Amino acid sequence: MSNTNQNEAAPQAEQASSLQMVSSMGGIGFAAGILIVLTFQFTLPIITINKARVLEQSIFQVLPGATQKTAYVLDASGEFVHPEGEGEKLFKYYAGYNANGELVGVAMEAAGQGFQETLKLLYGYSPDKECIIGIKVLESKETPGLGDKIEKDPIFLKNFVALDVSLADDRQTMRNPILLVKPGEKTEEWQIDAITGATISSRAVANILRISSAKHAPIIIKNLELLKSN
Amino acid sequence: MAEPQQNQNMETFLKGIWEENPVFVMALGMCPVLAVTNSVVNALAIGLASTFVLVMSSALVSLIRKLIPKQVRIATYILIIATFVTVAEYLLQAISIEVHKALGAFISLIVVNCMILGRAEAFASKNSVGKAILDALGMGMGFTIAVLSLGIVREVLGNGTFIGISVFGPNFEPWVIMVLPGGAFFVLGGWLLLFNWLKERKEEGKPALWTLIFSRLSKRN
Repeated sequence: MSNTNQNEAAPQAEQASSLQMVSSMGGIGFAAGILIVLTFQFTLPIITINKARVLEQSIFQVLPGATQKTAYVLDASGEFVHPEGEGEKLFKYYAGYNANGELVGVAMEAAGQGFQETLKLLYGYSPDKECIIGIKVLESKETPGLGDKIEKDPIFLKNFVALDVSLADDRQTMRNPILLVKPGEKTEEWQIDAITGATISSRAVANILRISSAKHAPIIIKNLELLKSN
Repeated sequence: MAEPQQNQNMETFLKGIWEENPVFVMALGMCPVLAVTNSVVNALAIGLASTFVLVMSSALVSLIRKLIPKQVRIATYILIIATFVTVAEYLLQAISIEVHKALGAFISLIVVNCMILGRAEAFASKNSVGKAILDALGMGMGFTIAVLSLGIVREVLGNGTFIGISVFGPNFEPWVIMVLPGGAFFVLGGWLLLFNWLKERKEEGKPALWTLIFSRLSKRN
């Protein structure tokens, strides 16, 4: 503040007053805000459609072999029901079925803190194998060239062909929580090999999957008969 | 100015494409140039998005250049640029969510592309709206051409494809280094070498390369 005051006191004819500076910045900030809101409003419906299309493609990618899908939500009593109009904002379970109508698995969205912003994943869970059978990154702002390897690195993605998330005998908790290990040190089915140079992003994926699968796998196992009956 | 107005406008537009090309001559905005030129589509998208931001912010900066107190001009320019980057990000998501995802954080990073702030400060803040738009269009096209020339070389050599279409057939072994960050430096270095060589020839008074090629070809015929 003292600096500004000194500058103002300096006898310069073209020196702008504080009010002028604040009002011009404020005015532009206001106009910028309006412009952004208008663009947001205009593009929102198109972006929503685009995202739904990408989600639909991703569901079949994380559930290899699935050809049809049905969305379910949990109702107040903890039962699976088909989502209705108001179900838009509820957590959705996408059950995927193969050509014979058999349940392949359930795809779910999961999100958590990545390296710089929220990381959003979709993963496929097979209740028969009690494994995670595929993941896909839906949204990420991980560092290009390092953190974004979680989407492309074939060795890392191999972790999720059959990642063990089996439940303990009480059918409520995980037998072995998903664990991130150093690159190349994976020895057990529930461990994930980290990527060299992208430890934080790898850990984010592991954390997101651990928390989400621990929460949803017991629910799916409990309602398995309903899901299988389609 | 003895030159006719038309010529002067043309020059304002063309200098960004060739003489003052932001990438090959001024070496501005290297971060997206090196990072997202691993395929033609990505290069085109980042080029067009940067051009959009550059043209819109140059026009607005030029429009309000007399209203902005000198002390807060840089902050104001950044605010304007950031606004248009956000707008561009939404528009790109609406146009193609796949391209948006491929570009990832680089769309937001257009804000710190020094080419855009550089043109706002060096040109748009001192010239009329029309001229500022012409300059921005020229610079934007120069930038797009530059990232495309990197993107084409890198995709063709590093992946064996051009916009996803196979160029060399199935037996081609891709030069993986070209799509990795290292390849960006090699290709950029190669282009800079070529352009500087051409420039040197011109300064030494030798005939331009294409006239040479043309005369050789016509002789042979």
